Amino acid sequence: MKLIFEKSIPGRGQDIFPACDVPVALPAEDKLRKAEVHLPEISENEMGRHYTALAKRAHGVNDGFYPLGSCTMKHNPRINEKMANLPGFAKLHPLQPAHTVEGANALIADLEKMLCEITGMDGVTFQPAAGAHGEFTGLLLIKAYHTDRGDTERSEILVPDAAHGTNPASATMAGYKTVVIKSNESGTVDLDDLKAHLGPKTAGLMLTNPNTVGLFDPNIMEITRLVHEAGGLCYYDGANLNAVIGIVRPADIGFDVIHMNLHKTFSTPHGGGGPGSGPCAYKDFLAPFAPGLVCKDGEYVRAEKSIGNMTGFYGNFLVMVKAYAYLLTIGKDVHTLAENAVLNANYMQEKLKDLYPIAFDTTCMHEFVIGLDPIYRKTHVSALDVAKALLDYGIHPPTIYFPLIVHEALMIEPTETETKETLDEAIKAFREIYERIFNAPESVQMAPQTTPVLRLDDTKAAREPHLRYEF
Amino acid sequence: MGTFIPNTREEQLKMLNEIGYKDFDDLFKVIPAEAKVKGELNLPEGKSEIEVDRAIEGLADKNVIFRSIFRGAGAYNHYVPSAVDAIANKEEFLTAYTPYQAEISQGILQSIFEYQTMIAEIMGMDIANASLYDGASAAAEACWMCKDRKHSTIYVSGAIDERILTVINTYSFGRGSKVVVIPAKDGVTDKDALKAALAEDPAASCFLMQYPNFYGIVEDAEELCQITHDACAKFIMYAHPLSLGVLKNPGEIGADIAVGEGQPLGLGLEFGGPYLGLLATKQENMRQIPGRLIGETVDTRGDRGFVLTIQAREQHIRREKASSNVCSNEAWCALRAGIYLSTIGPKGFEQVATLCSSKAHYMAAELEKIGMKRCFEGEFWNEFTTTCPDADKLLAALEEKGILGGLKVCCGCCDNDCDTDCILWCCTELNSKEDIDEVIAIAKEVF
Amino acid sequence: MIDPKELKYSRDDEWLRYDGDDAYVGITDYAQSELGDLVFVNLPEVGDEVVAGEPFGDVESVKAVADVYSPISGEVLEVNEDILDDASLINSDPYGAWFVKVGNISETVELLSADEYDEYRG
Repeated sequence: MKLIFEKSIPGRGQDIFPACDVPVALPAEDKLRKAEVHLPEISENEMGRHYTALAKRAHGVNDGFYPLGSCTMKHNPRINEKMANLPGFAKLHPLQPAHTVEGANALIADLEKMLCEITGMDGVTFQPAAGAHGEFTGLLLIKAYHTDRGDTERSEILVPDAAHGTNPASATMAGYKTVVIKSNESGTVDLDDLKAHLGPKTAGLMLTNPNTVGLFDPNIMEITRLVHEAGGLCYYDGANLNAVIGIVRPADIGFDVIHMNLHKTFSTPHGGGGPGSGPCAYKDFLAPFAPGLVCKDGEYVRAEKSIGNMTGFYGNFLVMVKAYAYLLTIGKDVHTLAENAVLNANYMQEKLKDLYPIAFDTTCMHEFVIGLDPIYRKTHVSALDVAKALLDYGIHPPTIYFPLIVHEALMIEPTETETKETLDEAIKAFREIYERIFNAPESVQMAPQTTPVLRLDDTKAAREPHLRYEF
Repeated sequence: MGTFIPNTREEQLKMLNEIGYKDFDDLFKVIPAEAKVKGELNLPEGKSEIEVDRAIEGLADKNVIFRSIFRGAGAYNHYVPSAVDAIANKEEFLTAYTPYQAEISQGILQSIFEYQTMIAEIMGMDIANASLYDGASAAAEACWMCKDRKHSTIYVSGAIDERILTVINTYSFGRGSKVVVIPAKDGVTDKDALKAALAEDPAASCFLMQYPNFYGIVEDAEELCQITHDACAKFIMYAHPLSLGVLKNPGEIGADIAVGEGQPLGLGLEFGGPYLGLLATKQENMRQIPGRLIGETVDTRGDRGFVLTIQAREQHIRREKASSNVCSNEAWCALRAGIYLSTIGPKGFEQVATLCSSKAHYMAAELEKIGMKRCFEGEFWNEFTTTCPDADKLLAALEEKGILGGLKVCCGCCDNDCDTDCILWCCTELNSKEDIDEVIAIAKEVF
Repeated sequence: MIDPKELKYSRDDEWLRYDGDDAYVGITDYAQSELGDLVFVNLPEVGDEVVAGEPFGDVESVKAVADVYSPISGEVLEVNEDILDDASLINSDPYGAWFVKVGNISETVELLSADEYDEYRG
């Protein structure tokens, strides 16, 4: 399909702006642009059709099943959107006087209270704009805490080998060296390896629990105790919070600081890649270091030893409104989210495990991982091929090639908002694909066949980067 | 009460039994008992949709919506064309995630490729990324891009918005980079101080300026660029994207990296977010770019298509060696910016910038007539600072009439001998002559 | 592809070609085929020190990145600009596409002959 620039005809377009009702006045001539700027010139009708055509070439939760592991692609309730679009929120200038934004600040305070109850923490900063940003914030809190105590030799963050890639990347941004902790045979943290790496250099541990293979670490209390004994703090990567919300509170199992993804657990839409919101919750002793301005009794105040600001204002406020609408709807039944997320994952796992090798065959939490390696070795049909084959069934494929500790991984997270029928359809698709792997492997390797484009040449894209349209 | 879980309780139990569990307790027995919540969480009862609607509308109603806004300082009240909301709210765009599976994500990928092109165009740079969180965090990421083994000190103009500086400082606390602020003099970067500082520091990596700066002044960017390049450091411009409708763009000036706050491009004020971090640069810095990049390629039939590319820079592959930890970005806000720029086109781009400038110049002249003189002399575009005998009094009088006046600031114009207040005013295409005249009339009444 | 007899090999899949007192370093055919289509390499700068057994750069395929370990300690005398421009040369000609030329060699990891390496990776 054509790019919008290829539909542009000079002179076309519509008038948005009125004539100038004051004398035209510009900065001095030597400040003015001489260079030409190419932007589309297109009628509203043509532009509308262009984007409608693009929308038809996209797949959202609204279009079909989206079991993308670790991304929690649950239904995005309409009420959330309606609330965020209220002019009383959408039209607020961030620097309005505090007494003119009392409703907004009350919403933030109430959302903070609910998230504290859910996590067991004492305070929340909404400054981070996404999960990885929340991780970075949490690590800066840990760093500020150690620095403030004069404990400056702590230079290492322990990260399990199954962790999300953002964990080590965030540790680097916070100036820490990443020390990788091995997983044991059951797919959880190897306690001996953990003990071997703990010491006076340990600033903290970052842990996702359940982890990225979908397992709840049975030794969690021991793990956090060991880290604390070594003088480190425990960071909970809340990307998988949907698995245990209302059932386990990170603070109760020994964590000191956590980020949550409002765009995962709390149902705000992912928007094709963002915006998200990654609020960071912490225990009281980290409160003095919290970033950003917070409205207290009508005054904006900053924590006494604040690390500063993660974003320009108060974080992604409208995303917070959406999450708030969601939490008001669910209320104290939040545990039902986890229950059904875990049930749906186990249901699919159980119905597929006779054919597909499950990486760690035990009760999983909200997601499970197929390790296709044995099948790949026999048939040369890869995780990528299976993913592409699913496209022809109208299913968004699972996360593939992650976690790295499982070869040919397919990581499946159905979420709680899918019906049994949808799961059964997907199970049927997986089982059909399995048959094809052995009976007609090339049909899987050639998939997809029904999508607007076929398999794309990633190598060419990376070797000959072409990142923009050339006029 | 409210729930978005489709399966009924009976169906859930049936499914549980089918896969060999008695009930949910049985399913969750993999979690040690000591780790579980005892009793109930202290949360309110769930609500029906109507109750939620009522509760939240109640909160929204407690906020004041100003009918006339003269405050900018990082968030700008521009018109959002109708097409932007209508198109962006299509649920295919709203409910998709990062386009990992290119074959069914061409719509998202192409929209971002078009966005990358438009941002590169308005900045006058070669390439742009798929978006970052907001302007301030984009500035911090840009500073990090310039670091190499021999160059690490970040230089920043003292005439930038303090919020941007704070974020740069916070990021630098993590990475352990030194940030040096070059003081502002008469509302602009002190060039001699910059020259002297860079000359003494072989580890200088970059200099970042705001354009127009926090006080609204269009600084002599070419000379600052020259000074920076003479010291072999990289020149970063934090530009207001709509100013580039009339002002020389970072490419013409010679910047290495251009960043900015994309909020004026089709996003509302939104109480500060979500906004949109813009980042564009020269081809040679491609591999240092943080965040997602969309590239063009072909499919097995040879048809054009788009994919996430040069991903080995990113956290999910390079992990602790990644150029940044950015994963989720602001793709939907970028979509809005793309629709916005497509709607206004090259003509509207120049028009909106001209309107902002003209209104601001008219207002500055009218304020001067009643004794509120501009604090600094330099050329300006949409914002400017003036003196004011009593800012609190004037702003309160304006507020009473539903007008959000400018922001009270301390711009240092009186060498910190503050016998007068200062206000940073902002005009956009939404401020009509009548609105401006009203402010002047109220000010006359007050003083 | 047959691994050239005149080269030495490391267990980290790098090859070494001596040139007087200096040596060229690259990655083996086995390594390039395991990595798949390469799209980019990161190399040290001339004058940098490399340490035997430690990474001195990395290679990127579309969806992976792998460290390249130095089989020797010494100083980088030259880097191969050609592979910086076109990483596919490593796939098409792994034993021609050298990464760095190293001088002042002080230390060497345990090296294998072509036959030993073939057996190791066979």
